[in-house]
Amino acid sequence: MSDAPTLSGLVPGVATTAPAQPERAPTDWRTQSMQRRIRKRYASERRFRLLGLAAVVLSAGFLAVLLVTMVYNGASGFLQTRIALPVDFAHSGLLLTPAELRGPGADLALSTANIEGLTDSSARAAFGPDGDRWVSDGGWLRVRQALKHDPALLTARTTIWVPAADTLDVAAKRQGDPAAEAIVAKLQARHAISTGFNLPFLTASDSNDPTRAGIWGAFKGSLFTMLVTLLIAFPVGVLSALYLEEYAPRNRWTDLIEVSINNLAAVPSIIFGLLGLAVFLGTFGLPRSASIVGGLTLALMTMPVIVISGRNAIKGVPPSIRDAALGVGASPIQVVFHHVLPLALPGILTGTIIGMARALGETAPLLMIGMRAFIASPPARLTDPATVLPVQIFLWSDQIDRGFVEKTSAAIIVLLAFLLAMNGFAIYLRNKFETRW
Amino acid sequence: MSILTLSLVIAGLGLIGWLTARMRAVGFRRGSTARFSSLPSHFGGYVALWTVLPAALFLCVWASTSPALVTDRVLHDPAAAQLPPPGFDRAAILSEARSLAAGNSFGAFNPLSQKLAPAYAAAQNRNDWIGSAVALLLVFATGGFAYTRVRPDFRARSKIERVVMACLLAASLIAIVTTMGIVASLLFESWRFFSVVPIGDFLFGTHWSPQVIDPADPGKTLGAVPLFWGTFFIGAVIAMLVAIPFGLMSAVYLTQYATPRARRWMKPILEVLAGVPTVVYGYFAALTVAPAVRDVAVSLGITWASSESALAAGLVMGVMIIPFVSSMADDSLAAVPGAMRDGSLAMGATSSETIRRVLLPAALPGVVGGVLLAVSRAIGETMIVVMAASGVATLTLNPFASATTVTKQIVDLLTGEAEFDSPKTLAAFALGLTLFVITLLLNIVALTVVKRYREAYE
Amino acid sequence: MTLTNHPKISAQHVTVWYGAKKAIDDVSLDFGSDHVTSLIGPSGCGKSTFLRTLNRMNDTIAAAKVEGDITLDGEDIYAPEMDVVQLRARVGMVFQKPNPFPKSIFENVAYGPRIHGLAGNKSQLSAIVEQSLRRAGLWDEVKDRLTDSGTALSGGQQQRLCIARAIAVDPEVILMDEPCSALDPIATAKIEELIHELKGRYAIVIVTHNMQQAARVSQRTAFFHLGSVVEYGATSDIFTNPRQERTKDYITGRYG
Repeated sequence: MSDAPTLSGLVPGVATTAPAQPERAPTDWRTQSMQRRIRKRYASERRFRLLGLAAVVLSAGFLAVLLVTMVYNGASGFLQTRIALPVDFAHSGLLLTPAELRGPGADLALSTANIEGLTDSSARAAFGPDGDRWVSDGGWLRVRQALKHDPALLTARTTIWVPAADTLDVAAKRQGDPAAEAIVAKLQARHAISTGFNLPFLTASDSNDPTRAGIWGAFKGSLFTMLVTLLIAFPVGVLSALYLEEYAPRNRWTDLIEVSINNLAAVPSIIFGLLGLAVFLGTFGLPRSASIVGGLTLALMTMPVIVISGRNAIKGVPPSIRDAALGVGASPIQVVFHHVLPLALPGILTGTIIGMARALGETAPLLMIGMRAFIASPPARLTDPATVLPVQIFLWSDQIDRGFVEKTSAAIIVLLAFLLAMNGFAIYLRNKFETRW
Repeated sequence: MSILTLSLVIAGLGLIGWLTARMRAVGFRRGSTARFSSLPSHFGGYVALWTVLPAALFLCVWASTSPALVTDRVLHDPAAAQLPPPGFDRAAILSEARSLAAGNSFGAFNPLSQKLAPAYAAAQNRNDWIGSAVALLLVFATGGFAYTRVRPDFRARSKIERVVMACLLAASLIAIVTTMGIVASLLFESWRFFSVVPIGDFLFGTHWSPQVIDPADPGKTLGAVPLFWGTFFIGAVIAMLVAIPFGLMSAVYLTQYATPRARRWMKPILEVLAGVPTVVYGYFAALTVAPAVRDVAVSLGITWASSESALAAGLVMGVMIIPFVSSMADDSLAAVPGAMRDGSLAMGATSSETIRRVLLPAALPGVVGGVLLAVSRAIGETMIVVMAASGVATLTLNPFASATTVTKQIVDLLTGEAEFDSPKTLAAFALGLTLFVITLLLNIVALTVVKRYREAYE
Repeated sequence: MTLTNHPKISAQHVTVWYGAKKAIDDVSLDFGSDHVTSLIGPSGCGKSTFLRTLNRMNDTIAAAKVEGDITLDGEDIYAPEMDVVQLRARVGMVFQKPNPFPKSIFENVAYGPRIHGLAGNKSQLSAIVEQSLRRAGLWDEVKDRLTDSGTALSGGQQQRLCIARAIAVDPEVILMDEPCSALDPIATAKIEELIHELKGRYAIVIVTHNMQQAARVSQRTAFFHLGSVVEYGATSDIFTNPRQERTKDYITGRYG
C-alpha cells in the first residue's frame, strides 16, 4: 500500500468527497509496511524527545561547567598561605618599650617604628638572602599586629605566621614556577608553611599585590551604588506603575510613557552608561567614579523593570477589591494606597529584587562613568571614587599576575552567592504571597 | 543659615502647621453631626504641604542659580579685574577662591584667589541671607494662606490627593525624560562627531583603527563597517546558532514532555543562566572557552587561530541567551490554543509530529519575535565581548579569526585618556547612537510581531 | 414614574452611553426610603448599569457618560460640587460577588468608618463594628474570630460581611447588585431575611434576575427591558396583574 491513501485514510471525509473514485478498502494496520512505518514514527518520536532532553541537560551542563570552573579556580582564593617567620624582637633594635605600647600613644609609636625593615631582616636571617622576597609585601602588618596585641613580645624571640609572597602562594596551592615549588618544598620540610582562611580577602580593598587584595572596598561601593539605585528606582517605579495601571487616561501621552518604558527595558545597558557620562558627568558635573553617579545610572536602568513587574502585580489585584473600596466611599487615591498597593506589594517587591540583582551584576555602564579606577580604600561617602564588585572582577581579570586568577574567581563566587540569595528570596516571596483570592 | 538648618526650620514650621490645622479641624468637628469630606489629618496635611512645598521648590531653584549669582557678583569686585580671560586658568582661580571662602581649603595656590576669597565669602553670605529670608517669608505666607482655608466645608482631602496625583504623573514622566535624555545626549555628541567626520566615511568606511587618527582626514580610519560586521557575526550569527536550537528545544521539552515536577526543577536552572552577570560569562569566555577554541582550531590545522576569536565570544553569548529564547518560545507555545494540539493528537499523530507540524508553525511568529529580541540583546551585550573578543577590527567570515564589536569599541574608546572632545571619544557616541537605533528598531519589530501573534489567538 | 411623595433618591430622564452605545434610555424612577425596590429584567437590559449610576460607580468606567438628573434628597448627585466620596458613603453598595478585603473581619467593617472619620476613638469604632455586624446578622457567627481574614468566611457569610461593611458607614441608601447570584439557597434565604430586617432603616434598591426573590423581598418592582423601564409599580401588582404584555411574557418565563 502506498503512503497517499493511508494519509487520506487518517482524515475522514477526504475519500468520500470524491465519488468518482472506487470504494476504498479499509486500512489494514497490521501489514508489515504499516507496522514498519509506525515503528519509524515512534523512533523519530523518541529521537525528538531525546533531542529536547539533551538541549535542557546541555544547557544545565553549561551552567554546571561554569560554576565548577569558578569554584575550582576560586576556592583557593579564600585561602592564604602563611609561613612561620622567626622574629627576634629582643635584638631588633626597634626603639620601642612595652610600656609605650600599652599606653595611649601605641599606634603612633608603632607607625614610627621600622617594623617593615625588621620583618625583611628577620626573613633574610631565617630563609637566606632571598628570604625577604618569600614574605608578602603586607607581611610586616601581621608582625605589627602581633606586637600591638602582645607588647611583651618586645623582649622575646618568637615565631609569627605571616602571609607568603604571591609566587609562593601560587606554588603552594597549585602549580607554580619550579623555583617557587622548590622553596615551598623546603618550607614544608621545616613545617614552616601552612594554609588558613584568607580573612583579608573579605576585609581589604584592591591592591597590586594579590596576597593583599580584598573585595571589601568594591563590596562597599556596590552597597552604596545599590542604595542609591533602590532609593530612586523603587519609589519612581512603583509610582509610575500605579499611575499607568490605575489612573492614566487612554491618550497619546500615556502611550508615549508606555512605549518609553518598554523601550528603556530593552535598551542595551551600555547606552545607559553613555547617558550617565554625557548627562550626569557632563551636564550636571557630578564627580567621576562616584557611587552616586553609578547608582543614578543603574536606577534609570532598573526603573523600567520595576514598572513592568509592578504593573503586572497591580493587574493581578482583582477589580472587585477596588469596587468594594469605592463602594464604601474611598477616594481613588485611598483605594490605591489602602488596598491595591498593599496587595500588589509582594509582586512588586519580587520584581524589584530581580531588578536589583540585575543591577548588582551590571558592569558595562559603570565602566563608562569611570568606576574602573584603582580604589585602594573603601569609599566613605556617596561622592567618593568607588568601584563595584563586578567591575572589580573585570579589573582583576585583566591582571597578569597569576595570583589574581583565584582572586577573580573567588570574587565571582561572592557575587554569585549574593545574586543567588537575592533571587532565592524573590522566589520565596513569590511562592509565599501567591494570589490569595 | 546653612541649608540644613533652614530645611530643619521649614520642616519644623510644617509640623506646627500640621498640628494647628488639625486642632482647628478637630474643634469644628466636635459637637457637629454633619458629614465632612475631610478628616482633621487631611487639613493638617494640607496646611503642612502649603507650608513646606513652595519654600522647598524655591530653595531648589535658588540653590541651582545661586552659585552663578555669587560668581557674577565677585566678578564685579575690583580684584577680579586682574583675572585672566575666560578659560581654564580663570575657572581654576575662581574655584580655588570659592573653596577658600567656604573654608574647605586653607592654602591658596594662586595669590589672586586669596584676594578674591573675601569677596566670595561676602557675596555668598549675602546670597544665603536673601535665600533664607525669602524662603521663610514664603513659608509664612503660603502656610498662613492655607490655614485661613481650614473651614468645615473645605475639601482638604481632594487638594492633597491632587498633589499625590501630580507626584504619580511626575514619576511616570521620568521614563520619557530618560528616553529623551538618551536620544538628546547621543544625538548631540554624534552631531559633534559628524561635524568632524563625514557620516558616509563612518557608516561605509571599511577601515577602523581609532588609535591612529589623521587630523586632516579623520574619517579614513573611522569606518565602522568592520564593527557592524563583527557585531552581527558574533551576536546575530554565532550566538544565535547556539541559542536558537538549544533554547527552542528546551522550551519544547519543558512544555510538551517534561513532567510538572521536572519542569519545576529545570526551569529555574535555565533561569539561573540568565541571572549570571555578564562579567562572569566574560571571564569564563576569556579564561576557559577562548583558549579551548584556539586549541581546537590549532588541532584542526588553523595555526593562526586567534585566542580572541569571534567563536569563543559568540558561543558564550549564545549560552547566555538560551534562557531568553527558551522563555519566549515557552510563552509562544503556551499561547497556541490547546484545541490545535488535541486535534492533531486525536487523529493519531505522535507528539513530535504534532509539535513539528502543528505547534511550532502556529507559534512561529511568536518565536521569531522572541529571536529578534534575543538578537537585540546579544548585539547590545558588552562585557563578554570586552573580555573575550579582540580589539582589532577585521572583516572576516572565519569564526576562528579575531573580531570586534560596537560595544567593545565603545568601552575601549571611552576608557583611555579622557579628552572629551577628540573624534576618538565622540566616535563612541556615534557608535552608541547606531547601536541604540538598531536595537530600538529590532525591539519595535519584535514587539509588533509578538503582539500581532498574541492577538491572533485571543 | 413617581410612587412616593418624598423620594429619597430620584432619577429623571436618565440616559447612559457607553461610548456610542446607549445602555440606558430615558429612565425615570423614584425610590422612597421606607421600602425595598427591586429592578428585574433579562440579562443586559441595563438594570445593573442603572444601579451604578445611583452612586456614580460608573465614574470608574472612562467611556460611560450619564445624562439626565439624579437627586439624593433633592441634591443633584452629578453636580460638579458634589463630593463623590461622600455620596458613596451615603449611598452604599453591595456587589454581585462577595468582595471582602483580604483583611481581618474587623478591619473589613472598620475601614469605611475609619476613612470617613466616623469614630472618635477605638471604643467607638469597635461599637460601630459590632453594631454593623449585628445588623447584618453576622455578629454571633464571627464575634470570636474578628481577627480572622474576611476571605476565610463562607460565601454567604462573606456577602453579609459586605453588607455589614456598607452599613458601617451609616448610609441612607443601599444598592444591591444581584447580591445572591453567587450564593447557595440557604445563604440566599439568610440574605433575604436580612434585607427584610433592614427595610425601613435604609432605602434599598436591589437588582435581581430571580423573580421569586423580587416578589419575596420587595414592595416595589421596576421591569427593565432593552435599556428602558417597561413597568414600575407595587410588586404585588406587577406579579399578579402586569399592565404590559412584555412584563407578562417575562414573568411567565417566556423569555429572559
